Amino acid sequence: MESFWAWFRWLHDATGINLTIFYDSFDRSRFARGFVMTVELSAVCIVLSVLIGIVGAWLQGSRLRLTRHVIYWYIQFFRNTPPLVQLYFFYFGVGSLLTATGVSGSPVPMVSNVTWAIVSLSFFAGAFNVEIFRSGIEAVPGATIEAAESLGFSRLRTYLLIVLPLAFRISMPALNNNLVNLVKTTTLAYAIAVPELLYVSSQIWSDELNVPEMMNALLISYFTLVGFLVYAMHRWERAIRVPGFGV
Amino acid sequence: MTATPAVDAEPIVVIDDVHKSFGNVEVLKGVSLSVPKGGVVCIIGPSGSGKSTLLRCINGLVPIDQGSIRVASFDVHQLKTDQEKIALRKEVSIVFQQYNLFPHKTALENVMMAPVHVLKEDREEVRERAVALLRKVGLSAKADVYPGELSGGQQQRVAIARSLAMRPEVMLFDEVTAALDPETVKDVLNTIRELALEGMTCMIVTHEMRFARELADVVYFTDGGVIVESGPPAELFDRPVKERTRAFLSQIL
Amino acid sequence: MSRLRWCDPLPQATDLPVLLPAASRLARSATAERTAGAFRLRLRPAHGVALLALFAIGCGWAEAQVQPGQPSILATLWKWTPVLLRGFLFNLAISAVAMAAGTIVGLFLGFAQISLLLPVRKGAWVTTHFFRNAPWLVLLFYCMFLLPFQVTVFGMTIQIPDWIKATLGLSLPVMANVSEIVRGALQSIPTTQWESAASLAFTRRQTMWMIIFPQCIKRMLPPWMNLYAILTMATVLTSIVGVNEMMSLTRQALSAENRSGLLLAFYSYVLFWFFLYCYPIARWTVRLEARYAVNH
Repeated sequence: MESFWAWFRWLHDATGINLTIFYDSFDRSRFARGFVMTVELSAVCIVLSVLIGIVGAWLQGSRLRLTRHVIYWYIQFFRNTPPLVQLYFFYFGVGSLLTATGVSGSPVPMVSNVTWAIVSLSFFAGAFNVEIFRSGIEAVPGATIEAAESLGFSRLRTYLLIVLPLAFRISMPALNNNLVNLVKTTTLAYAIAVPELLYVSSQIWSDELNVPEMMNALLISYFTLVGFLVYAMHRWERAIRVPGFGV
Repeated sequence: MTATPAVDAEPIVVIDDVHKSFGNVEVLKGVSLSVPKGGVVCIIGPSGSGKSTLLRCINGLVPIDQGSIRVASFDVHQLKTDQEKIALRKEVSIVFQQYNLFPHKTALENVMMAPVHVLKEDREEVRERAVALLRKVGLSAKADVYPGELSGGQQQRVAIARSLAMRPEVMLFDEVTAALDPETVKDVLNTIRELALEGMTCMIVTHEMRFARELADVVYFTDGGVIVESGPPAELFDRPVKERTRAFLSQIL
Repeated sequence: MSRLRWCDPLPQATDLPVLLPAASRLARSATAERTAGAFRLRLRPAHGVALLALFAIGCGWAEAQVQPGQPSILATLWKWTPVLLRGFLFNLAISAVAMAAGTIVGLFLGFAQISLLLPVRKGAWVTTHFFRNAPWLVLLFYCMFLLPFQVTVFGMTIQIPDWIKATLGLSLPVMANVSEIVRGALQSIPTTQWESAASLAFTRRQTMWMIIFPQCIKRMLPPWMNLYAILTMATVLTSIVGVNEMMSLTRQALSAENRSGLLLAFYSYVLFWFFLYCYPIARWTVRLEARYAVNH
């Protein structure tokens, strides 16, 4: 392993291509932490946004008008404004209201920037998921539900065994698009100084003055990350595909 | 308007003066009939005469506005809770025109699902029974195939097996051949014929007049939400009394 | 993929399912979004009204915190409006140039994706998907930091301003998405069109330009316009790399005023300007789509 890292030092000496993230242990761990942060941010936001989607889709079918209105406007706000504005809204707007007085007497934010990034991005992707799941559920034919009912399935069982499995398959392609988009959007967390991949890279290139190398490393990292997600989701989409079901 | 059953046996389905409206449209305007245990009843009539609605009412899928429906020991019009309706549906099972199989389950799984999840029966026993039922409808080779890969007639036979898996007392068939290709109709009708000959109580809504004539104990002709005429097939088809029946039969035969 | 003959049918896009209308609608929009690389922006008049309401609340909130001797919130906004609007013009300029550049290159890339030459086809495919998978912000950084700040042509030194570099950065994802839109549209034309053209002895080039492409324009226009609306909203990203567009100017204004409570009023005001610009585009997109749907 050492010789592998040393090769990059030799590359620097020989060609001037300065990939400190390989041969410098400090930069290496910084970069790795940034990568892990991006992956964590993506994973947590994916899970939360899917949960928001499921709960929201369920609430959208609520009998209470107020609930439906709240969900409607939630979707409209997060769908139609730039995610950067949403991030600022949470971090600068809501965040400045939620402050405690620190030891030195100056206001200290109660919620960290990482948390705000997670909240903001999850709500952003969640808004799309609500719509996706809702149309998935609505797309299950009423006749199929009636058939389950006629066989004596209870309402809950019909929902769990018939409606949700079908709705999930119907929603899958749209969900994939959205989750891939979400992972790309995590870069915005840079704007509120969350130490994710883009942020640590900018730190490294301002310390080491190796902008082109870092830029390319960054581009390749994201290409790999997003490419892997796209590939994995497609495989999954195909794996749960039912022959003859179409979607 | 009450018809006399052709077979003298204990009636298992008794329908009395049933009314049902959807919005302003009254679909059933006082329908009464009864089916003896083991009897085969065919209901014919033009589209929109309320035949399908009647079957859905018997299964408790559609609540009725007025009148009474009794199936075995259940007063269908008085069932309130889901539990009671589920109990009814173990006794009486319906097969739909559009088969309505669960597209994400294989043929065998479709047949097994209700006994396993609703009747809570042992999975292995259910599997044996399901395999036997698929053999009975002539589809043992298709057990592990998804509905999307089956022809319409094959899907419909799976749907019949799925209903039979609940071991019902009464089977309702709602125009089960209307959406099928002519070649596959025969297989489905044969399956139903076999069932009827085994003594299953059947209520069949159909446009297959020849099939109705051959199999039914009693044929009911409905139009505009009422039963216009009823009787043994030989009488109803050959010597219809009412003008509307005659007009309908002359159009269709 | 083996070598295609020119009249061979193009690989078809995803076959649409035979399910309920809702399911096929969802599948269709998912396919369309996957092709366009951007979600559908659906603006309604109610959104404008909601923004105005938010603005009113923000103003009320700010007004309640006005100290004696300070100008009112509306006066403050009015004072900053010319500056903010100059920034907004920047946003519009960036979006227009990035869209134009991205479209031109993207068109070529899209045609290259259905080329008969395997290397061209593969190359175009890789390029398209490389830029589609990269986050917009990363591409923006890439251009901001790697393009020189000046170029020397024939002894003349030309400065490249930041906003031009940012524009190029945004034109890269536009290019990739336009490329996919073009490919999707070309492949959506039924193969019978190619066959009938072949039977009339058209060459491949003639078929493409006289028969296939004209039919594609109708299909490409709605996603293309939607992409433009999305791009316009995305121009606020350039504030992160230091372009003085409306978003950065707003933050500068807020810190210059250094008063609490202005945040909501200012941001809703800015969003309203974006709404005013994007709403007609979104409406027009919907109308074009409806007209296209009627024709089929």
